[in-house]
Amino acid sequence: MTAMISPRRRELLVSISLVASVACFVLVVWEFVVWKFDLPKALLPTPGQCFNAAVAERVALFRATISTGLAAFSGLLVAVAVGYGLAVIFSQSRSLRLALFPYVILLQTVPIVAIAPLLIVWSGYTFRTVLIVTAIVCLFPIVNSVTGGLLSIKQDTNDLFRLYGAGRWKRLLHLQIPSSVNHLMLGTKTSSGLAVIGAIVAEFFVGNSTSYDGLGTLMTGWANLLKTDALVSAVFASAMLGVVLFGTVHLISAVFLRRWTKLAMTAG
Amino acid sequence: MISSRGSSLPVSGSGRELVARKNLLSESARVSAIHCQSLSIKYPGGTRAVDKISLKVNPGEIVSLIGPSGCGKTTLLRLMAGLEQPTEGTVSLDPPVQVDAGGIAFVFQQPSLLPWRTAIQNVMLPLDLIGKGSSSNRREVASELLRTVGLEDAATRFPAELSGGMRMRVSIARALVTDPHVLLLDEPFASLDDMLRNQLGQLLLELWEKRRFTVVMVTHNIAESVLLSHRIVVMREGALASVLENPLPQPRNEDIRATVGFGEFYGRVSRALRGE
Repeated sequence: MTAMISPRRRELLVSISLVASVACFVLVVWEFVVWKFDLPKALLPTPGQCFNAAVAERVALFRATISTGLAAFSGLLVAVAVGYGLAVIFSQSRSLRLALFPYVILLQTVPIVAIAPLLIVWSGYTFRTVLIVTAIVCLFPIVNSVTGGLLSIKQDTNDLFRLYGAGRWKRLLHLQIPSSVNHLMLGTKTSSGLAVIGAIVAEFFVGNSTSYDGLGTLMTGWANLLKTDALVSAVFASAMLGVVLFGTVHLISAVFLRRWTKLAMTAG
Repeated sequence: MISSRGSSLPVSGSGRELVARKNLLSESARVSAIHCQSLSIKYPGGTRAVDKISLKVNPGEIVSLIGPSGCGKTTLLRLMAGLEQPTEGTVSLDPPVQVDAGGIAFVFQQPSLLPWRTAIQNVMLPLDLIGKGSSSNRREVASELLRTVGLEDAATRFPAELSGGMRMRVSIARALVTDPHVLLLDEPFASLDDMLRNQLGQLLLELWEKRRFTVVMVTHNIAESVLLSHRIVVMREGALASVLENPLPQPRNEDIRATVGFGEFYGRVSRALRGE
């Protein structure tokens, strides 16, 4: 029977069952700790209670997950577009790179919790604010990675393009942009995890004062009501969202850009 | 001058001789001589990578540059390609060629293929860059060259799917796609095993037989330089140490390695390298 399963498939099954075993182990320990120390539900509910809360709140939870997912995804897209544009500019002019790159780093180092209230003042308690915060959080890994990709051209390849008199545009089009695709995918993958964090942090500030409802707004609301079981289910939903977003980016790179991202790793 | 040099090149086989010579005469106008006049490259520290080198490479000639590491042979080759600018002296081609139209081709030590392009697209790259011909025309030329280097079946494969020897063949096809006057090679076969190295050397000779471009090749390998070149330039510390005419008959193939003449000339080159 096992001989019929291909080694790759078998490896996948093994890794899935390992991950599942860890999850089971954690759930059992969790259940045990709550039972042993007789913890109140508001402090730490059991996995079962969290599951029940998730089922009870399924409509709100589902809608919030969709809203946050949409904000994270569109913020990531904006970051990709802006980040790629910035990286192309940085790759073309050394002085612009020197002048502007520190400010991009600044965007990364200034805590987002400090910028978010300011953005609310400017942009209001809206979806747009969440999107802007997400884009800011996602920007740096993309700019950094793509700029690196656009500039890391091998000497030989550079010489080849010089030999045939390729100007700035031909180099950009035929050499720099294709060779940066790998780095773009890498940067976007890094940012896809951050996107959900950015969206939820922004939602904390936006709060549930308006028609906008995301996982962050739900969490603040449930935390205030000490609905810890529902809160834990929202944490799981946000974690799942991060995984889905990362998976989507991975899938896009695997399906559409396979020949660039996969093959570029090995060719000399 | 060019045609007299061209017609004096020996061509074997009585049947082929006339055809080959006729081709040579008609095509000799598109190969160039390379004149290097007291070329120097001086780095800010005062070291000279290339020190007052004067050298003439005749049209349709194969010249090897050989010497210890760091003797300036690659720098000299890059000067010829226009990839480096001399601090003194000049490089000129006669007749002049339009460099950015693919008049000079360069083969690097590594195949340096673009991993996102298939073999045929890599061969087409120089034509894409200089904007020569229509897209279908470029493909046709590239396809013909891939056939010449024996890779017609690999046209749609990506570099990662090719072996080291195949990648080097693609690299050579790419260099020839613009029909260059001058072909410059920088230790092109150094990273390949001995058998592949011999095969590709042979391929280079066959391509040269067809097109008779001017070739300058940097190599570490004495046997390779003896087999392939008409003249061997030995360099030491940025200067020309000696220039040796290769007395071996043409055309050559692998069998010549077993002859006494090959051994004798090998010995001469080896002694020249040691500075004796």
